[in-house]
Amino acid sequence: MEVKIIIPTPLRQYTEKRDAVQLRAATVGEALQGLTGLYGGLRKHLYNDEGKLRSFVNVYLNDEDIRYLQKDQTPVKENDVISIVPSIAGGAGRLCICS
Amino acid sequence: MATYTASQNTELDREEVYRYSRHLIMPEVGMEGQLKLKQAKVLCVGAGGLGSPLALYLAAAGVGTLGIVDFDVVDFTNLQRQIIHGTKDVGRSKLQSARDAILNINPNVEVVPFETRLTSENALQIIREFDIVADGTDNFATRYLVNDACVLSKKPNVYGSIFRFEGQASVFYAEEGACYRCLYPEPPPPGLVPSCAEGGVIGVLPGIVGCIQAVETVKLILGKGQPLISRLLLFDALGMKFRELKLRKNPDCPVCGLHPTITQLIDYDEFCGVRGEESEIQQTVPEITVSGLKQKMDHQESFVLVDVREPHEFDICRIPGSKLIPLSEFTRRMNELNSSDEILIHCLSGMRSAQATDLLRKAGFRKVYNVRGGIRAWASEVDPDMPMY
Repeated sequence: MEVKIIIPTPLRQYTEKRDAVQLRAATVGEALQGLTGLYGGLRKHLYNDEGKLRSFVNVYLNDEDIRYLQKDQTPVKENDVISIVPSIAGGAGRLCICS
Repeated sequence: MATYTASQNTELDREEVYRYSRHLIMPEVGMEGQLKLKQAKVLCVGAGGLGSPLALYLAAAGVGTLGIVDFDVVDFTNLQRQIIHGTKDVGRSKLQSARDAILNINPNVEVVPFETRLTSENALQIIREFDIVADGTDNFATRYLVNDACVLSKKPNVYGSIFRFEGQASVFYAEEGACYRCLYPEPPPPGLVPSCAEGGVIGVLPGIVGCIQAVETVKLILGKGQPLISRLLLFDALGMKFRELKLRKNPDCPVCGLHPTITQLIDYDEFCGVRGEESEIQQTVPEITVSGLKQKMDHQESFVLVDVREPHEFDICRIPGSKLIPLSEFTRRMNELNSSDEILIHCLSGMRSAQATDLLRKAGFRKVYNVRGGIRAWASEVDPDMPMY
């Protein structure tokens, strides 16, 4: 299935500034593995040393949190949109982000 | 601590009727709604980018009592987005400046100033006096503090957050939906928070997100419409797109879940790992001060000065004779440097250059030093005429 992964601003420095990446995958986990395969610098921001998604990284399939679906095993359909939702703390525009 | 007394807000005088006439003629507001606004007490945490439009619009809308928490002073770098403050306010307390702007828009508003940092010690006491809290802060520790204090006080937290061209907004109200911790159980570790190279915000963005917070606050007061409870609004100004994600109340949430483990406010700096200003790498790499660097220049000693900021920062200001190798390209371009040279590395404040210094030392370079305090220290101690950002 061809899916689109939307890259949030703080992570675009690892994706050659691209704001979205299209790739083929059967599950959310596979799509994210595909993404980190393309852009290795992203890996440590998404996964911990045990290869599990970090607890402060929120991943959505369309408008649903994958924690309430089948996590990284969640199957994807053609043209689904996966969003990585970072926690951003900014309000005054100083250093602010993360994920 | 500021104290105040609520006035009798059970009717509008003639001038107020005229002032709020565009509200009064709408059935969703009307006299009943306008009196609700007049009786409402909203606490704005922060009078910065988000707090500016938020406080100004709530004042204009006729919110009777506006509490503001801020301990900062207006600075020139604030003016690009913090429209509650003006050029003449630079150097003044943000609270005083915000209060003047609010009263200029609407003298009927009672402004309750709290010139303090919101802390675990004072948060519950401050929030207790208000109906709704609007969070316009700029760091993770205060975000979690505001959330937990609102959950414990059973008050809605109207949330907004911004970064570069991207914004988020929601209403975290544990009584009716998800709280901030249901979405983000814990903050990212400081090691994964990017440095100042990734900072910045487009000035209009807090205007848009702060206005979303203002309209959500007004809707909560009026009890009209569908609030952003259990919904996260994402705004991308570059693509000009709004998207909406569903939030779920997490039954295991440590503060609003079925078996909460956080039943009182905790130490949020510790929770967010922000103890200590300097990173571990910064403490371990060898350093040189900016005056040491100046001396070497004056004595015409032989060394290579490397600037690891980004090209757009290099365009703003630079130390004469420096060679630009952005940290983002450093590993790839390290071979442009010679290990027999003495190498001094700097960035804006010393964090990125500490990483670059560490990279070079690990690659076998021995005569490499981090310039402590970076170009900021250079501007304040050596060259006060240098433009700074």
